[in-house]
Amino acid sequence: MSMNRRQFLSTSAALAAGAVATPALLTRAAAADTIKVGVLFSQTGGLSIVERSLTDATRMAIAEINAAGGVLGKQVEAVIEDGASDPKTFNEKASKLVIQDRLPTVFACYTSASRKAVLPVFEKRKAALFYPTYYEGFECSKNVVYTGAVPNQQLSNFIPWIIKTLGKKKFFIVGSNYIYPREMAKVSKILIEKNGGEWVADEYLELGHSEWGSMVNKIKSSGCDVVLSNVVGDSVIAFYREFKNQGLSHDKLPICATVTSEIEIAAMGAEYAVGSYTSFPYFQAIDTPANKAFVERYRKFVNDPKAVTHHALESSYFQVYLWKKAVEQAKDTSAAAVLAAVGGQSFDAPGGKVTVEKENLHTALTPRIAQWQADGQGKIVDAYPEPVFPLPYVAYGETQQNLFCTPAGLDTAKLKG
Amino acid sequence: MVDTIFIGLSLASVLLLVALGLAITYGAMGVINMAHGEMVMIGAYTAVMASLYLGLGLIAAMPIAFLVTAAIGLAIERLVVRRLYGRLLDTLLATWGVAILIQQAVRLSFGFAFLGITIAGLGPGLQNVSLPPWLGGVFSVAGTEISVYRSFIILVSVLLAALTWFLMYRTSIGMQLRAIMRNPQMAAACGIDTRRINALAFAYGSGLAGVAGVLMAGFKTVFPDMGTPMVVDGFLVVVMGGVGSLMGSILSAAILGQINGLAAAVSNDIIARAVIFAVVIAVIIWKPKGLFSYRGR
Repeated sequence: MSMNRRQFLSTSAALAAGAVATPALLTRAAAADTIKVGVLFSQTGGLSIVERSLTDATRMAIAEINAAGGVLGKQVEAVIEDGASDPKTFNEKASKLVIQDRLPTVFACYTSASRKAVLPVFEKRKAALFYPTYYEGFECSKNVVYTGAVPNQQLSNFIPWIIKTLGKKKFFIVGSNYIYPREMAKVSKILIEKNGGEWVADEYLELGHSEWGSMVNKIKSSGCDVVLSNVVGDSVIAFYREFKNQGLSHDKLPICATVTSEIEIAAMGAEYAVGSYTSFPYFQAIDTPANKAFVERYRKFVNDPKAVTHHALESSYFQVYLWKKAVEQAKDTSAAAVLAAVGGQSFDAPGGKVTVEKENLHTALTPRIAQWQADGQGKIVDAYPEPVFPLPYVAYGETQQNLFCTPAGLDTAKLKG
Repeated sequence: MVDTIFIGLSLASVLLLVALGLAITYGAMGVINMAHGEMVMIGAYTAVMASLYLGLGLIAAMPIAFLVTAAIGLAIERLVVRRLYGRLLDTLLATWGVAILIQQAVRLSFGFAFLGITIAGLGPGLQNVSLPPWLGGVFSVAGTEISVYRSFIILVSVLLAALTWFLMYRTSIGMQLRAIMRNPQMAAACGIDTRRINALAFAYGSGLAGVAGVLMAGFKTVFPDMGTPMVVDGFLVVVMGGVGSLMGSILSAAILGQINGLAAAVSNDIIARAVIFAVVIAVIIWKPKGLFSYRGR
């Protein structure tokens, strides 16, 4: 019943938003000689808080590109649609953008569920999808450019660092019960064992579950000395609060998380996260002039002096520039040309240099570890010296010398081993 | 073992907090109040707003939330529920509609969002309430660390249950309400003002949900959808306990809480959830009227 109700809610909200948005789209479509691209994130529904910020970052990149003269001398125009936090709606809107509007390139999707829902549209119509979120890997589409982190880019520095620098050896792995946390746990276990640590438990809670009493009690009595959290969404907040309310402290038993970003920290209240760690390629706190200027520009663009930036937001921003470089190199905006030219493209993103790897169209990013401070910002305590090669099949034994996902497609024979 | 029992007790108290109000609106008055979860949500938002605008802590927010949700409950009773007594399924549909209205009102900042005005503390985002320092942390009993806040919730739910029992069984309004539960027509014929008593009972049940919401805000995430899963749990407790029986609700909350805590400790929370549903189904098959059946209207 609750699902029906939620769907009903998001659909009705989407209708309302659509009614408001239509006139703006009509006037913009009239402008001649522009390059049109699709932008598809949720403007309404449960995921809209995060996904709206991704739309904003994409729009900001497009606005900046236009102000600097556009692409191939033409202005770029965004056709923005609302996925309404519902994979089915994502599929419909993607079909509209790709088939009806005939747009070769779409910047879209936050959750894996929505990406999986739109994937057939892009593969069948040979269009290009730029996907900005960190995700679980295990995908090798030739029509998707993945600009967020894959498990090895969040964990390959994190686990060894926890064991060597923090001196913690007994891991309690906890996550929300769906594919991303389960894949992350798989990769974690490989890395923990390789680095001489051990894991004492691997536990899951339903997505959206907010009663953490039993789980935190279990963590307490498990004898672990570090908690590796792959918990996502609103559960994160209830988890960190329960953790502190049951008298655990991040000094002795730190939570090391892969999904807890600036947004979740702001929502739970920074005092509950002080001293815990997160691994991401990008943090708002990255102390470079380029990033500071980026945060400044973003705040100005969305007209909110307190707006936070985060990893998926940064990827949403720089992937538009990667697209621009590919178009300029190919001198062609068609999907085939963009997908062929985007491999090998580099860009100096706010968080440092990023490169789309030719082999698997995933992006080389620089893993970083931050410790959360009382002001809700991360303090970067460790960073890789250079970008790390993305390995979407690392949980199944993929290495840079032995790639599973190659330009020829996925080598399924290797998966079994 | 002590900690498992304590967690079970704590889960039970959370269940009871939500179920107490339902035990009155559903159990006593025969209204399937789908908006009950939204009353919890409003209570939680009241705590958020009270600390944001008035600088009030969690404790001070409790009476305010009670008054706010009781007033909203009264309005719902006057405008919607009053016209639907005796039509069980219609109350379900109507209050479901009310629940959606309330959720969207919070999400859209009462509609101001359309005009580009945002109200801090409302909107689709996640909110939080900070705990006073003396409620955080733990104390030690027989070598087991016990969360202060969870103990506080247990205490409050016991107090509220006692208060509800007192109102129902030791005051004249309570006696009139019980008379209406047994037979509304006969009660009216004896000179009881059924409209007034029904309105008061509905307001009181909603007010209890508001207090529950404030306590939830202390350790759960506050967002517009938060009430939906809670109302499901609340109905589980009331249905298993027996519609119309206060003792039944208290007992079934205790049983379900302990089963949940135990199952979660032995296996995990996902299994525990399934076990809870299995137990409730078994009870309903075995005793269709719940553990404490009670003949009413």
